[in-house]
Amino acid sequence: MIRGIRHTAAFSFLLLTALLVNAVRVQVFEAEGYTGNPANRRTAIARYAQPRGAVVVGGHPVTGSRDSGGRLRYERTYTDGPLYAPLTGFASQQYGTSLLESSEDGILAGTDDRLVVFPWWDGLIHRRPPGGRVETTVNPAMQRAAYHGLAGRKGAVVAVEPRTGRVLALVSSPSYDPGELSGNGRSVTGAWRRLNEAADRPMLNRALRQTYPPGSVFKVVTAAAALDSGLVKDLDAPLDVPDPYTLPDTRTQLGNPTEGCEHVSLREAFRLSCNTVFARLGVGVGERGMAEAAQRFGFNDRGLRIPSPVAPSTFDTRMHPAQLALSAIGQYDTAATPLQMAMVAAAVANDGQLTPPYLVERVTDAHGVMVATGARRPTRQVMNPATAEQLQEMMAEVVEHGSGRTAAIDGFVVGGKTGTAQHGVRNEGTPYAWFIAWVRDRQSHEPLSAVAVVVEDAEAEREDISGGGSAGPIARAVMAAGLR
Amino acid sequence: MGDMGEMQRFACYVAGMDVADRPDAAEARAQAAGNGRAAGAPPAPPRPKRRGVELALLVGAVLISFCGYLAVGLARTHAVPAGALRYAAGLGGLALLAHLVVRFGAPYADPLLLPTGVLLNGLGLVLIFRLDLETPADHAAPAQLVWSTVGVALFIAVVAALRDHRVLQRYAYGCAGLALALMVAPILFPAVNGARIWIRAAGFSLQPGEFAKVLITVFFAAYLAANREALADTGKAVWRLRLPAAQVLGPVVAIWLVSVGVLVLERDLGTSLLFFGVFVVLLYVATGRTGWIAVGVLLAAAGAAAVGTLEPHVHGRVQDWLHPFAGIAAGRGPGQLAQSLFAFAAGGTFGTGLGLGHSSLIGFARKSDFILATLGEELGLAGLSALFLLYALLAACGYRAALGLRDPFGSLLAVGLAVLPALQVFVIAGGVMGLIPLTGMAMPFLAQGGSSVVTNWIIVALLVRITDRARGPRPDAPARQARAAPDALGAVR
Repeated sequence: MIRGIRHTAAFSFLLLTALLVNAVRVQVFEAEGYTGNPANRRTAIARYAQPRGAVVVGGHPVTGSRDSGGRLRYERTYTDGPLYAPLTGFASQQYGTSLLESSEDGILAGTDDRLVVFPWWDGLIHRRPPGGRVETTVNPAMQRAAYHGLAGRKGAVVAVEPRTGRVLALVSSPSYDPGELSGNGRSVTGAWRRLNEAADRPMLNRALRQTYPPGSVFKVVTAAAALDSGLVKDLDAPLDVPDPYTLPDTRTQLGNPTEGCEHVSLREAFRLSCNTVFARLGVGVGERGMAEAAQRFGFNDRGLRIPSPVAPSTFDTRMHPAQLALSAIGQYDTAATPLQMAMVAAAVANDGQLTPPYLVERVTDAHGVMVATGARRPTRQVMNPATAEQLQEMMAEVVEHGSGRTAAIDGFVVGGKTGTAQHGVRNEGTPYAWFIAWVRDRQSHEPLSAVAVVVEDAEAEREDISGGGSAGPIARAVMAAGLR
Repeated sequence: MGDMGEMQRFACYVAGMDVADRPDAAEARAQAAGNGRAAGAPPAPPRPKRRGVELALLVGAVLISFCGYLAVGLARTHAVPAGALRYAAGLGGLALLAHLVVRFGAPYADPLLLPTGVLLNGLGLVLIFRLDLETPADHAAPAQLVWSTVGVALFIAVVAALRDHRVLQRYAYGCAGLALALMVAPILFPAVNGARIWIRAAGFSLQPGEFAKVLITVFFAAYLAANREALADTGKAVWRLRLPAAQVLGPVVAIWLVSVGVLVLERDLGTSLLFFGVFVVLLYVATGRTGWIAVGVLLAAAGAAAVGTLEPHVHGRVQDWLHPFAGIAAGRGPGQLAQSLFAFAAGGTFGTGLGLGHSSLIGFARKSDFILATLGEELGLAGLSALFLLYALLAACGYRAALGLRDPFGSLLAVGLAVLPALQVFVIAGGVMGLIPLTGMAMPFLAQGGSSVVTNWIIVALLVRITDRARGPRPDAPARQARAAPDALGAVR
């Protein structure tokens, strides 16, 4: 009997050992796999267990958090949802995050290692730092001016500070309220479906993610290429370009919407926005030279992030000369985001130096202690300073005497370029009205801001003037708001 | 209590190095050799009673439970929970009463039994109180506290009324009859969640199968103690097994079959597995024949295979065990077992802290069958190991008493009462942690369920009584024991 009892005790000990070994397996060795299982809601519960950090514009948070009382406790709120949606994006419990909410998610959710002060201790007591703050570069007055300028029309506005690359305004219209997507449940599903199915695509970020044919505003790039390459040495020397101009190796004749483009100087051609002259200059610079010039401004760059990823603007690198001619006037396959064209204007205003744009000034922890500055890329020379000076001169004339008069601001030097881009099969879509501009202090010559405006459904004739008509006043309002 | 000498002796005791232990073990071996009739051995000197150690451990057990209660409140509401002091006073009062009864009624009882029971019960109350916070509509802790009180009251009653465990031997068949009646009773009541194991009346629900466990164990122990020579040494020899005569084995097999049959009809496979396990273990201990283990394992395997393929409910459990994440892959979301594994994994080594886990995601049965997941998540591997060791301690007390006793009935009963919770813990803990297929069963003392708590207190009470006998002075034990056994079951021989 003693033996039997001992064996039974040993058997119990064996069972105990099996339980302990299995516990170590589940709780230590396989724990990571279980915790990482997408069906395990603990990750989500922990993520929403505390208020999300704030996105700050002009010193004031534009986001907040609401205690939903549910299992996923805190939901995102937005003070001016539609106004700032193009920069904040949404933070949804059901559909993930976008834009700044996505690229700065670690800071906002409090999961970023940089927020942890005492890693070992915090890990031991399971403390999670509160979400940090993301301070943006946006100027609220300019943002509002841009938003109200577009007034719900389809389009986008981007303003940057030329010297620093700070993004001052970033508007896409029509917009949406990201707060509708914050939580989970039926209302969120419904809002998601409605916003995605809406004909005017409010969730499309037209400033960063949509490329448009730039049309005549691309002539700034073509002019820079022509001047930089030495093809044009004197702004006032008449150029040998007929009107109409026959595209190379074809019988297609390219005309101009305005009179007076035959054998004009570059200065006149720029003011009148002569298609013939710039098509010819593009062919003269050559495919390689044009592509290189465009790429220096940022075309064909797939890696641009502000820190939200920006759709690459395109300029073809393998083309027939006739296609090159059309590309040089911003047609054919040339396409640019509003942000890209704001960068072109900024480079001109900043004497040929381009500072890649950025949206995050700095990130701090919840108490305002700085964690990091926003990611920045170095300034680069994209054209000769002399070329930039000539372009500034020509762009200022467009505002003083040409199609850009609507953008003039008293007491400041404003330069601009209008554009109307045709699109669609046989160009029958409503043309896009473009306007790019910059404003400079008259005394110090310091460039104050550079703006790009696109209005998609401009109620306009197919003339260059429409760029000035629809988009010009918006650009002016945005720049003026930054001067106050 | 509290002086250094006492504590040192306690440390030695826990480490198993008690000097007083050695002569007794030798004595026990002598007893085994002499087939329980070593009348000539001089009586061992009485061992220290260690009631002071028990009281100190009880204070510790109540304090730990109280701290757990506070921790839940502080973690969840940043405030001391309203009834904290009342809770501590209640648990402490119960523990003190039980201690006094043991001090005067069973002064030589193993000092680890009562504190272990109080600590397990206290932890169970903390966990249920904690899970109540997740289910505002369904508060189980108050009822569990009432049942714990009933359990302690029965503990006191058993310790006070049952002066000698050998008395039970006389009522072996009475126990068997009562157990069968208790098991049959729920068939008359409506099924709950597919199993007919509850009696519901006047807002209370009882699970009579829980009580039947103890009664059946008493019967097995008594019957096997009376007939073990016949079982071991008579009958035809087949391989390593000596098949006893039908009239010897008949009654016990019949009662076992009836009980298992009733349980299968009621869909309570966990309990029937438990009965089977206890039966096989006791048969082996009584006869010393390893062949019984082989037979038992073969029967268990055959039964498991049959039930696993024929019974869709059980088949599903086996599939869940093999593929706990099949539901996720099929788009139905994680099942209970997957949620349970997630909970254990979330606990890691040190746990999230009481009140800070999310084991309520398990859903149904989170307070009963799956309560271990809450402990695993919030106290981690550290807490879980400590809990398993507490159960091991409980079982060890039983085995220690079984080795120390001179009467076969007492030894068998002690082994049965030790194996019962040990098997139960293994089956349910292994089930919720993915070690074996899940079988619905209560975690002893921890899980929500009045019948289970009460039964466990009765088990502890019986162990207190038996250990008191095993550790206490035995002036004329051999003589009385020799008379006691044939009295009860002599007729069977």
